Parts: sequence; C-alpha cells; structure tokens
Amino acid sequence: MSELELVPKYPREKQTMINVNGDEAIAYAVKQSYVDVVAAYPITPQTIIVEKFSEFVANGETHTEFVAVESEHSAMSACVGAAASGARAFTATSSQGLALMVEVLYIASGLRLPMVLAVVNRALSAPINIHNDHSDAYLMRDAGWIMLFAENVQEAYDTTIQAFKISEHPDVQLPASVHIDGFFLSHTLENIYTLPDEAVYDFLGGPRKIAKVRVDYFDEEVNYALDPARPLSIGNLALYDYYFEIKVPQVLSMRKAEEVIKEVNEEWYKLTGRKYGNGLVDPFMVEDADIVIIAMGSSAGTVRSVVKKYREKGVKVGLLRIRSFRPFPHKDIVELLSGSKLVAVMDKGIGPGQYGALYLDVAASLYHSKSKPILVDYVYGLGGRDLSPEMVEQMINNLLKDLEKGYILEEERLRFLGVRG
Amino acid sequence: MVVKTLPEIQVKKGEPPYKIWIFEPGEKKELPLIFNLRQLAEQRRPALLPGHRMCAGCAAPIVVKLASFAFRGPTIVVTATGCLEVSTTIYPYTSWALPWIHNAFENAAATASGIEAAIKAMKKTGRLKYENVDVVVFAGDGGTYDIGFQALSGMAERGHDVLYILYDNEAYMNTGIQRSGGTPKYAWTTTSPVGRVIPGKSENKKPIADIMVAHRIPYVATATPAHWMDLVKKVRKGIEVNGPAFIHALSSCDRGWRHEESISVEVLRRAVDTCYFPLWEWSPETGYLLTDRSLVIARNPSLKQPIEKFLEVQGRFRHLLRPENKELVKQLQEYVDATWNDLLKRASNAPR
Repeated sequence: MSELELVPKYPREKQTMINVNGDEAIAYAVKQSYVDVVAAYPITPQTIIVEKFSEFVANGETHTEFVAVESEHSAMSACVGAAASGARAFTATSSQGLALMVEVLYIASGLRLPMVLAVVNRALSAPINIHNDHSDAYLMRDAGWIMLFAENVQEAYDTTIQAFKISEHPDVQLPASVHIDGFFLSHTLENIYTLPDEAVYDFLGGPRKIAKVRVDYFDEEVNYALDPARPLSIGNLALYDYYFEIKVPQVLSMRKAEEVIKEVNEEWYKLTGRKYGNGLVDPFMVEDADIVIIAMGSSAGTVRSVVKKYREKGVKVGLLRIRSFRPFPHKDIVELLSGSKLVAVMDKGIGPGQYGALYLDVAASLYHSKSKPILVDYVYGLGGRDLSPEMVEQMINNLLKDLEKGYILEEERLRFLGVRG
Repeated sequence: MVVKTLPEIQVKKGEPPYKIWIFEPGEKKELPLIFNLRQLAEQRRPALLPGHRMCAGCAAPIVVKLASFAFRGPTIVVTATGCLEVSTTIYPYTSWALPWIHNAFENAAATASGIEAAIKAMKKTGRLKYENVDVVVFAGDGGTYDIGFQALSGMAERGHDVLYILYDNEAYMNTGIQRSGGTPKYAWTTTSPVGRVIPGKSENKKPIADIMVAHRIPYVATATPAHWMDLVKKVRKGIEVNGPAFIHALSSCDRGWRHEESISVEVLRRAVDTCYFPLWEWSPETGYLLTDRSLVIARNPSLKQPIEKFLEVQGRFRHLLRPENKELVKQLQEYVDATWNDLLKRASNAPR
C-alpha cells in the first residue's frame, strides 16, 4: 500500500485534538497506557508530568497507584519493584534527578525489566541550571536503556505510548526512555491529536504481559516475575563465571529492538497516520545532499526550516534527525550518508577531553562508509541557550567554506555554536 | 574439636525435608503459627533453603528462618545488598524458597514500596491471583541505619504495607567489619580500630527502632533469634498490621564480633540479659510494651546482668577488659542503665 492510499484506522477526524505542553502530553499518554504504578519525584522541568498525573489519580480517572517517593533514586527503585511484580511502571525525571537514578537505571536494564522513563532533558549542574541540553541523556547512554528523542509535543505523546510497546516486546524486554527538551517542549503548548483510550489499550494489548523464562527446578516455563505460584530469585549475585553471559544477551536484545522500533513506528502509522522516518532516524532531504546536519530533539525543527530555505537557494544540504539514540542506528547512517561529502553533528552536551557523544557515535558509523565524508562536531545550546535560525545559517555558511576547502584540521573539528568570547 | 551429632528431624513420610514454597493461584489458607517444635519440624519448612554460604555461626539465617515460620501465606521477600543477599543467591543458585528480589544497597524499602503498589494496582484491576500478598524486607544495619535510611523513612511516611526486618550485626560485615551507625560505642571495627589514642568507635549506636517509633507506623519491635518465640510472634504481628512495620533483630556475627561460632545465640541472650538490647514492641494503641526476657528482668531487676557479661565473650570489646579501660566500661554501663531506665518509664507494662 502506498502512503497516499493508506487510510489510518483512526483518521484525524476520529482523533481528539487537545492543547497541551510536552509534559502534559506525556502524562496524558501514560494515563491512556494502562500503567499500574507511577513512582515519581518533582524536578524542573519534568514536574508538570507528576502534577498532571496526580490530578488524574485524584480525580479517579485511572487505576494507577501513584507513589510520591522521597527521591529519584527511590522512584526508579520502586519502578524496579513494580516491574518485577509484573506491573506496568512509569517514572519521569530531569538532570540531577536522572543523575541520582543512574545506579538503578543499570539495574533495571540488567534485570531485563520493561518500563518507561520520561526524561525532560536539562543541563547537569554545576553551574546549576534548569534549562535544556542533553548532558543528562548522555550520562545514561550506556545504561542499557532504549532512548528515544522526540522533536515536538505530538511526537512526545506518540513516543510515550510506543515506548511501552517496544519495551515490553518479547524480543526486547528492556526499559525505554522518552526524551523531550526541557522548556522547549515541556512547557510549550501545541495542538496534538490523541487517540481514544480504547485504541491505546488495544495497541498495547491491554495490561502488561509477563515474559516467560525457563528455570531448572520447574518443568514448565514460568513467569519472569515475583510470583508466589512459581517463585524465582531476581537480582542474584553473578560473578566472573556468569556475569558476562548475562550481559551479552542484553546487547543482542538491544539489536533486536532496532527492528521492533521500526515495526512499532509502522504500526502507529497504520493506526494514526503519523510516523517518524523509519522509527530510528528521520531524514529530511539527505538523498542528494552534499552537507548533512545531524541533530536530536527539538533543534531538528529549527534546522529543518533553515535547510528548506537553503534548498530553495539551491544549496544541497539535508538534515538527519536521530530519533533512537539507543539502539544507535549505525546501519541507517551508513546508508543515508553514503553520498554526502560533509557531515556536521550537533551535540547538545560536552564530554571534556572528548568530542560530544553523538559525534562519537556518528564517527563510529562513518568509519565503515565507503565515501568517508568530512566530519565536524558542533556543540551548541548548553544550559538552554537558544538555537536561532541565524545560528544554523552561520553554521551552514561555514560548512560551505569547509566543503570548498575540502578538509577540516583536527583542531577545528570541535566547534562551539553560539558561545561568547 | 567436639564432634556433635545433628538431631534427627522428624518429617512426614514422602515429604522432602526442604522444599520450594508454592501457593497455587487462588489458594486461601492462612498458615497457623506453630510453637510446638515437633509440629514445626513436621509441618513447616523454612523459606531459606540449605546450601547457602553464610558463615558458620552467623545469626542472620536464623533470623530469616524463624521469621519465615511466621509468614502467613504468599509472600515476596526483598533483600538489600549485604551478607544475606550475596551468600544466599550466588548465580545460578538460590536458597530462597519464595519469590525474592534484590535491587541495590540503599533501596530495599523503595523496592518494596513499588512491589506493594503493584500488588494494590493488580488487586484493584482483578489481576492479583491471591487475596493478598505480603511483602517482607530483610536488610542489614548498613542498608538500614545508614545508606538505606532515607528510603526506609520514605516508605514509613507513605504507609506502605511492608514488614521491614533489620538484621543488625552492628557493622558492615559484608565488606569486612567497618563501623556503621549501628556499631556500639568502643567496639573495634576496621574503620574504628583500637589505636593508641582512640579506643574503638567514639559514638553511640543510633536508636533506630525508636526513630521508627517516631514515624508512628502501626508496629515496631525489637527481637533476637535467641528469644525465638518472641521473634516469631512479632513477625506475625508485623505482617498482620495494615501499613508499615519494623522489626529490629539483633544478629550476632562471629567474624565481626570476634566470638566463638558456637555461642552466637548465647551472645544474643547476654545482650538481652544485660539490657544492652531490651526486647519490646510498640504500637500507637499500646505504646511501649516490654516482652519476653526483658519483661522478666523489669519485674525482677536482680536478674539484670552487668554489661561485662556481654562484652567479655567478644573480641571486638577485648580492649575494654584491660584495667586502664575500666572507666570506659563504666561509661558503657551508665549508658545502658540510662536507656534501660528510660524504657522502663515508657513501657506501660513495666512495674511502677
């Protein structure tokens, strides 16, 4: 079926338009996702999610148990307990809260517990700051979580619901995080289309289904959960004789998650008429582009508008938005950038003594591409500094010069966009 | 070495001496409390199976096994990182006969909160396979007094229906005997060594059970495996109350306390006899009530033993027995007397 022919199961007229900000959109998506336990702690700019969700609970609009924990560490710990009990669990945080959670993030993925975490990305302290960058997300990049970045409020809603499905897929069984940019999305109102409750319920297949495992002391496969009918121990000590064998399947499941994210993206398209690239990457005019800009999150919208403008002037520039930061879409990047001559990666976070995390990942992909485009890292927007269209224009103008020159020296490969002095 | 023969445990014919606890969905049966040893041996199996690697002489498995005799039905156990956790669940083995989870060191109470919330949500939506499922936490002193205290306090404040059992061996024994908030004054540990200037730990033990009383949760008690019936009764009460319950079980560690592995239970008995660790329970309705041996001592103060009786069998207090440290022992005695008298004033069943 071609895209023109497709009539989604719920066309726009069957969906409800609501005017919400990014936080509210996520809270609403969670309410519709038949979540059993929400354990959360307030932190700017995530707080509206907790507030909004508390209202749903206070008004009896959901069966969810809301646990107003005393820290983010306990929020994630309670989610681990809930998910291990077979419940669908959700929490949300930002910045310092995520930093406090990190210990348990690794445990959640290591124990193979599906759950969803909304990260409203905010700069890490010090200096303390409440505005958006991706330094908190970069902190959790190796925690074994599926990490999906939304570009706008509509996508935040869509991705939150999708994340439950991806996380709970029998081939995946890994926790997933949905990232939105603090304030840029969390506090910005947008008209979005939402599905009826029953459509979300059906899309997720009802309440969470518990995966089965085989253990040697039961003949049949048993629930991977804290089930008094078939007791299991979860969270054992595994030393050098088993630890490695337990960690490697995590990597393999993450690889399978790539396909699942794509499938769920297609399924969502058939249901709602909305999709985001192939689910992993969302390319815009990259096929014939000489220069490709790579970005994540809300900045992609700004870059896209500037790219359009340059295309009208005949400049061959394109945008590749990374939607799935983990699993990282290496294959798609190699394929999509095979014809490009220069690739600029936009990193909203730094790693002192190293390039930005996104640049490193893209570099790892491109090492295996035949064309080997010139690669440059633009660090921008730290601590919530706005990315204006003019800044993107200035960047493209510089890239055009680099392209003409044909090379970028090592000391010029890490650039800062929009910093004074 | 004296070779002792193990007593013959009478078990029902055809029943294995040890087995996994299975509660088939919908099973409605409350396990009765059994205090007759023969009946107990015949009818009940502990939730901690043999083959675990806790040290010989460790009191923690005794605490767990006794506590499990008080479980009333489907139960989920949460354990904080610590000796008990690492020694009972070395992959691919487990000693736990019922559903068990370990998350991290400081978050056992938060993990239990999540489990309890999940049980509630499942019950609300008709997905819970049982009338109720009890949640019991076992955590050591490090995971309770120190790093896990915030999560515990949060769990108590939010009122989760969880029984939290602290097995207090008075130091970080899993990492090799480092002082904790539960280590008593003047005790030797590897981070409060007895030096030429400082005679062991300089600070008193944090009154953790009283702090939990201050949270005004439905039930708080102290216990030791040396007073086993008292412990079993208290665990059942802690499970039965609606809301959080806390049991502080003193648990001797022969490696850390430096005593003979054969006298673990005796050391705990002395802790109670000297009033170093009085046995009591508290609920908002009854206030403090002395129990078991401590009630006997309150009624007959001549039974109260001097603190030396507790110190003299433990290597961690060896330096206190030197003549030049008499003053320190006197200080400890005064501290024990003060806390004991304070308790007598508060306990409504203490003779006036």
